[in-house]
Amino acid sequence: MSRGERGWGAWVFLLPALLLVSLFLVLPIFQTIWLSLHGGTGFTPTQFLGLQNYVQLFTRDSYFLNLDEWPPSGAMINNVLWLLLFTSGTVSLGLLIAVLADRVRYEPLIKAVIFVPMVISATATSVIFRFVYSPDPTIGVVNAVLTAILPDLEPVAWLGRTSLVNIALIGAGIWIWTGLAMTVLSAAYKSLDREVLEAAAVDGASAWQTFWRITLPMMILPIGVVAVTMVINALKMLDLVLVMTQGGPRNASRTIAFTMFWEVFNNSRAGYGSAVAVILLILVAPIILFQIRRFRSEEALR
Amino acid sequence: MSISGAHPRPPLQDSARPSARVLRLLGRVAIHIALVGLGITWLIPSLGLFITSWRPPADIAASGWWTSLFRPAYTIGNYLQVLTAQGFGRSFVNSLLITVPSTVLPVMLGALAGYAFAWLRFRGRDTLFLIVIALLIIPLEATWVPVLRMFNDPVGYFKLDWVPFLSDIDVRLTGSFLGIWLAHTGYGLPFAIYLLRNFFISLPRELFESARIDGASNFAIFARIALPLSVPALASLTIFQFMWVWNDLMNALILLQDVTKRPLTVSIQALIGSYGAEWHLLAAGAFITMSVPLLVFFALQRYFVRGITAGAIKG
Repeated sequence: MSRGERGWGAWVFLLPALLLVSLFLVLPIFQTIWLSLHGGTGFTPTQFLGLQNYVQLFTRDSYFLNLDEWPPSGAMINNVLWLLLFTSGTVSLGLLIAVLADRVRYEPLIKAVIFVPMVISATATSVIFRFVYSPDPTIGVVNAVLTAILPDLEPVAWLGRTSLVNIALIGAGIWIWTGLAMTVLSAAYKSLDREVLEAAAVDGASAWQTFWRITLPMMILPIGVVAVTMVINALKMLDLVLVMTQGGPRNASRTIAFTMFWEVFNNSRAGYGSAVAVILLILVAPIILFQIRRFRSEEALR
Repeated sequence: MSISGAHPRPPLQDSARPSARVLRLLGRVAIHIALVGLGITWLIPSLGLFITSWRPPADIAASGWWTSLFRPAYTIGNYLQVLTAQGFGRSFVNSLLITVPSTVLPVMLGALAGYAFAWLRFRGRDTLFLIVIALLIIPLEATWVPVLRMFNDPVGYFKLDWVPFLSDIDVRLTGSFLGIWLAHTGYGLPFAIYLLRNFFISLPRELFESARIDGASNFAIFARIALPLSVPALASLTIFQFMWVWNDLMNALILLQDVTKRPLTVSIQALIGSYGAEWHLLAAGAFITMSVPLLVFFALQRYFVRGITAGAIKG
């Protein structure tokens, strides 16, 4: 590559950005790794613990990972649930809306309606869904609909039951992020070769067959990109949980990122919380490698 | 075999055609039902809260928001109360004070660095850019404790206590606007650099080469050629960063522990904690938070969608 001239000039352009990125991202990451090997309360580490924080997280912290009972529970398991349901929910709904909306005249309107939650803060979304899920049927629309259909039903405390809280939170997450999946997948769908789809229709394939046998395989790449984005979001899930349930009831809705925040800022265990942050780092590492590889192959085409 | 519409169809198909038409009609109806159903499902949560924000508190407790569609009785009282008594007026100003510099700084510095990555040569450029890509995805959770330690005691953090004059004064960045501006800039830069570098590099090489032959300096090429051609990319990035900071809860909560400097998101969170079921205040407060992003969205939808789509994996 031979872009531009070599010299000191470039560093004048780079210096302010590199300084701030080092100060707020690069150095803190190494310090967090170092802190995760230490114990003590507050922000000043008092003793070196080696890997003890990690051992405790995986073996003796039932809020983080509890494999002793069936079904297993804890923040790690909740994140697996987020990973599976949130990713599949946003990708499949986004794809469905992208493909269906392409056939109607009110496409811009329906897309705006689905996209709007992306614009709102997670804090406001939390208020909206505390309202939607309220056990009081004059407040919560879900319970209002359910009790209207089934008059004998007791209103359900969606955010108050350990068995339902994660599903309810994931539902709010899907409400937010489907708009993004829809936008990316709709752009991909519109760039597909129309002639292939029309040829299939002429050959007598039903819309259903065309979708599963032709459209879906042709869109596997953009679907993968969207899925990776959603996996990252699911791994980092924190603010919705913090504002809607504070990890409750009885710690049933904790996620990994929530555990980090709670241990550091509520329980004053900076070392222990840092170990949780490092686990999060390790979990996103494969995605980082994937993105770097994707970038390199894109550059090779340039 | 291709059958064009003009050809007479074989008689065998005639009996199948009416049912095929009915099927196709049913299919179209099903598409409309599915889309309208999804649209209503997506609209109802925010619509319900919006209507609630205009209802008197007694009505909210007595009947569902949907009943007020038939018997409208609305008030602006909730908004007035939350803006004055709950301090959301102050928080609105704080949100702006936090967001504007936290948007301008990373866009400016990101443009400078992005230009260097695209069109200047320096040692380690490709490695550094791969680090930028990695930092795009890094969870901010992994930085909060050290950053807060730095903010609480910058002199100690940088081991500068030996400087006589520095050890006497109490410098703290925690709870200061300056601190959160710098943090948002640091956190926002990887995406800003990534987006603008990719845009700059897509500009035609001849522009830069001929300007250089004419003797233009790097900065002149950046300011007079690269920037003016990049207005759409800069707009998308500015909107994305503005929304990201405006909607941010966690960084404000952690780095700005000062009640008088709370942005709207933190005020809402505090309101939930202290008044769990005061729906009239929560609803009005939530819509005050949402008003600015919604206005930006409907005014600049095109740039907006582009920015958010490109930056969805950040932080």
